[in-house]
Amino acid sequence: MATTTLNLIGLDKADYKGRPTTLCQGCGHNSISSQIIAACYDLSLDPAKIIKLSGIGCSSKSPAYFLGRSHGFNSLHGRMPSVATGAVIANRNLKAIGVSGDGDTASIGIGQFIHLLRRNVPMVYIVENNGVYGLTKGQFSATADKGQVLKKIGRNPFMPVDVCLEAFVANCGFIARSFAGDPRQVRELIKAALSYEGTAVLDIISPCVTFNNRDESTKSYVWGRGHEEPLHDVTLIPKREEIEVDYAPGEVTEVKMHDGSILMLKKLDRDYDPIDRLAALTLLHQAHVDQLLVTGLIYLNRDQEPLPDVQGMVDTPLGGLQEADLRPSKESLAEIMASFS
Amino acid sequence: MSSHDIAALEAEARIAGGEVVNDFSMVVATVNGSGSQTSNLAIIRALFRMGLPVSGKNLFPSNIQGLPTWFTIRVSSEGFVARRDTTEILVAMNPATLVEDLQGLASNGVCFYPDDFEPGLLGRSDITYYPMPIQRLVREASPPKELRDYIANMVYVGVVARTLGIELEEIRQALDTHFQGKAKAVAMNMNVVEAAAAWAETNLTKSDPYSVRREKQTEGLILVDGNTAAALGAIYGGVSFAAWYPITPASSLAEALEDYLPRLRTDPETGKATYSIIQAEDELAAIGMAIGAGWAGARAMTSTSGPGISLMAEFSGLAFFAEVPIVIWDIQRMGPSTGLPTRTSQGDIMFIRFLGHGDTRQVMLLPGSPAECFEFGWRGFDLAERLQTPVYILSDLDLGMNLWMSEPFSFPHEPMDRGKILTAEDLERVGSFARYRDVDGDGIPYRTLPGNEHPLSPYFARGTGHSEEAVYSERPDDWENNMERLMRKHVNARELLPMPIVDKVEGAEIGLIGFGTTDPAIQEARQRLSARGISMSYMRIRAVPFADDIGRFIDQHDRVYMIEMNTDGQMRQLLQIEYPDMATRIRSLRRNNGLPLTARWITDNLLAAEEI
Repeated sequence: MATTTLNLIGLDKADYKGRPTTLCQGCGHNSISSQIIAACYDLSLDPAKIIKLSGIGCSSKSPAYFLGRSHGFNSLHGRMPSVATGAVIANRNLKAIGVSGDGDTASIGIGQFIHLLRRNVPMVYIVENNGVYGLTKGQFSATADKGQVLKKIGRNPFMPVDVCLEAFVANCGFIARSFAGDPRQVRELIKAALSYEGTAVLDIISPCVTFNNRDESTKSYVWGRGHEEPLHDVTLIPKREEIEVDYAPGEVTEVKMHDGSILMLKKLDRDYDPIDRLAALTLLHQAHVDQLLVTGLIYLNRDQEPLPDVQGMVDTPLGGLQEADLRPSKESLAEIMASFS
Repeated sequence: MSSHDIAALEAEARIAGGEVVNDFSMVVATVNGSGSQTSNLAIIRALFRMGLPVSGKNLFPSNIQGLPTWFTIRVSSEGFVARRDTTEILVAMNPATLVEDLQGLASNGVCFYPDDFEPGLLGRSDITYYPMPIQRLVREASPPKELRDYIANMVYVGVVARTLGIELEEIRQALDTHFQGKAKAVAMNMNVVEAAAAWAETNLTKSDPYSVRREKQTEGLILVDGNTAAALGAIYGGVSFAAWYPITPASSLAEALEDYLPRLRTDPETGKATYSIIQAEDELAAIGMAIGAGWAGARAMTSTSGPGISLMAEFSGLAFFAEVPIVIWDIQRMGPSTGLPTRTSQGDIMFIRFLGHGDTRQVMLLPGSPAECFEFGWRGFDLAERLQTPVYILSDLDLGMNLWMSEPFSFPHEPMDRGKILTAEDLERVGSFARYRDVDGDGIPYRTLPGNEHPLSPYFARGTGHSEEAVYSERPDDWENNMERLMRKHVNARELLPMPIVDKVEGAEIGLIGFGTTDPAIQEARQRLSARGISMSYMRIRAVPFADDIGRFIDQHDRVYMIEMNTDGQMRQLLQIEYPDMATRIRSLRRNNGLPLTARWITDNLLAAEEI
């Protein structure tokens, strides 16, 4: 008989699951869903305090397949950022997880994406990036590689949009890239993103097994495994646990997150500091030139105020405000009326 | 009766005894950006403070600086506030439009003009001309250089006030209101007004028939624009989230929110805001944010005009189908497309009624006065949350941006209606929850808010086909049942919406129907006709879907005229769709020239249609 292990708030991992997936067998998105489940379970997050948001597309269906005990909103194509902004402002006590795709974010939704980042709306924003439109059966998206060939469409003549570079330019304070085939890194990055107080962008290359898994595509499994260059071995230590450092000093960079938890980055073949803005830009550029998937936490800036603070919002959810809080007094109206004569 | 007789009716009272007291229209013709607004508002406020029924309409170009602008002020002892076709008094500050402006004056009209105008331009001989030494008086006032043009406008305030008999003390009070008590600004402007009045006293001989005399008709009333009224309504309705994108003529609504909310809705203990206003990147994002906030429990709204409504179409369908409460103000301007951004219209009726693809039906409220802007402003949130649907409130440029006399706004007399929201305790008691189940038979389901800790609470809101449990479903019966429920909800909404205002005249064969800002013109037209023995009933529609009273009114009359400001007769079409059996009885009187409707146009066209 299988034993169930409960986390700190007494929930089983199954409590974080959603409905059975209807995506293709072997789809990278399913793997990401599993890591969202694992991350939330590991961090003992209360599912009632999480909201899931998405746009339209294969990726955007996936919130139905995780966190069944959280409210969710499957919105419009490319418009999840605005819906998320309103929802997060209306209840700043909720942790928002948004799942989008490359079409949803880099094509139809790039405007809202940039403005979400500009406002630093506190949420985890995951792009399940496969460079192709799946639900409409295989057209190029804006992140498709130049020169890539798709059966139905032919050769893509345009340069791809780099989601991480866009996030960088828009002053996003948490930019990470990963690969759906690296579940451990995906999980740790999601955990780190959940501990971040502004918009955390996770560009996860998630190959489409049906429409874009040709070996030469940078969004294929073969390419991903062969060309992945992890920046760090990432581990997030929640604040409630004693931090055990099992790396030798000098090999490990600790980054303190907003909630007090520690993000540990084990440096591999490079001495990389995600706090260094110029280094992050150089890295993204070089990876682009080298056609490499640089994975890990690419850029981190913890000094930006999240939107609810900028707005000077009360802590009470707006939906929880009572009539006495919402409706100013009769006397105040009389005063205003007096000013109109 | 010919239409000429009706025109004579208007003039009748005016000519009696050679003196015309408290009954005229004045136009101030200026150039956009010259700072004349302060002067015009000072005149209109002073008249209002003298107890005279007054209305002011700013006919302005879509331009920052340089194009012609006309500000019209109507004084009417009879209490009429609609725009008029004729003008008796012209303040001609713009040489570029002088010839045309003069041609528009009634016979025996009056023209005030700067004395440096080319005399040859003053062609009409039946007009009384009053020159104003604007340059000289400005020089003598020696204002700071950058304020010179602006101060020049105060000269006409002084000359006009002196010539017509507007009390200078009330001008002072009006400036005090305008400058919110800033003594230095009031003094600087008032010095010029007084100097100009003194000059007029010494140098001008009154030779026209028009004057004003104090009355007591505005006691207890206020002077306010509809957008400010709408914003205050929203605030007293507990708005907690507003997102918007700048657009004429809706921007001043959101700006009024920005103006009033900080002082009215800051938590006294923490100093933090119990609201959020976001200027979005476009109207798509504005409504998207409002929908996100409405879904999460905020009283959420956005405000825009026609082009913004076009961008909100997709999200409107989502909010209708996912059943998210939001309030959307449309301050209508002239379309299609960019149209005439600074001209009024009622052209968004048909578009909003079915806004969204597929079988979408939207609830619309149609305020006809600032007091109704205020009332619908707070009531809109109650209705949106009760019905769990977008509530569109359709004002227009004329109502939104012009100053109107109004009863003071009534504090909401009903407690807020937050609709069918289940708390964790409710769920514990009830023991089951399906987001889109019609538990009560009224088509309105129950909802839970994100953050509700009960395990039964969560659901996945979506614009895709769904079961009662909000799970994706392509089952034909799920689809049909859901659409039938939405229809039921929409039909039931009629009983909750503002009822039409009906003034039925016993035995009248003809009924007039209007909505929104055509009301003053229709009221005036009815009185003019009634004085000639032609009585007609009148109904003002205040909401769509239509209440039963609306069909009853049509049924009670041999024929009705739907009076509206759009080219397609949009409200008439909606009525004909709703009441196909009576479709031929519903006739159309429509005008769409960008200007507020006049009583004269209505009487002329009614009489022509009736072949009277």
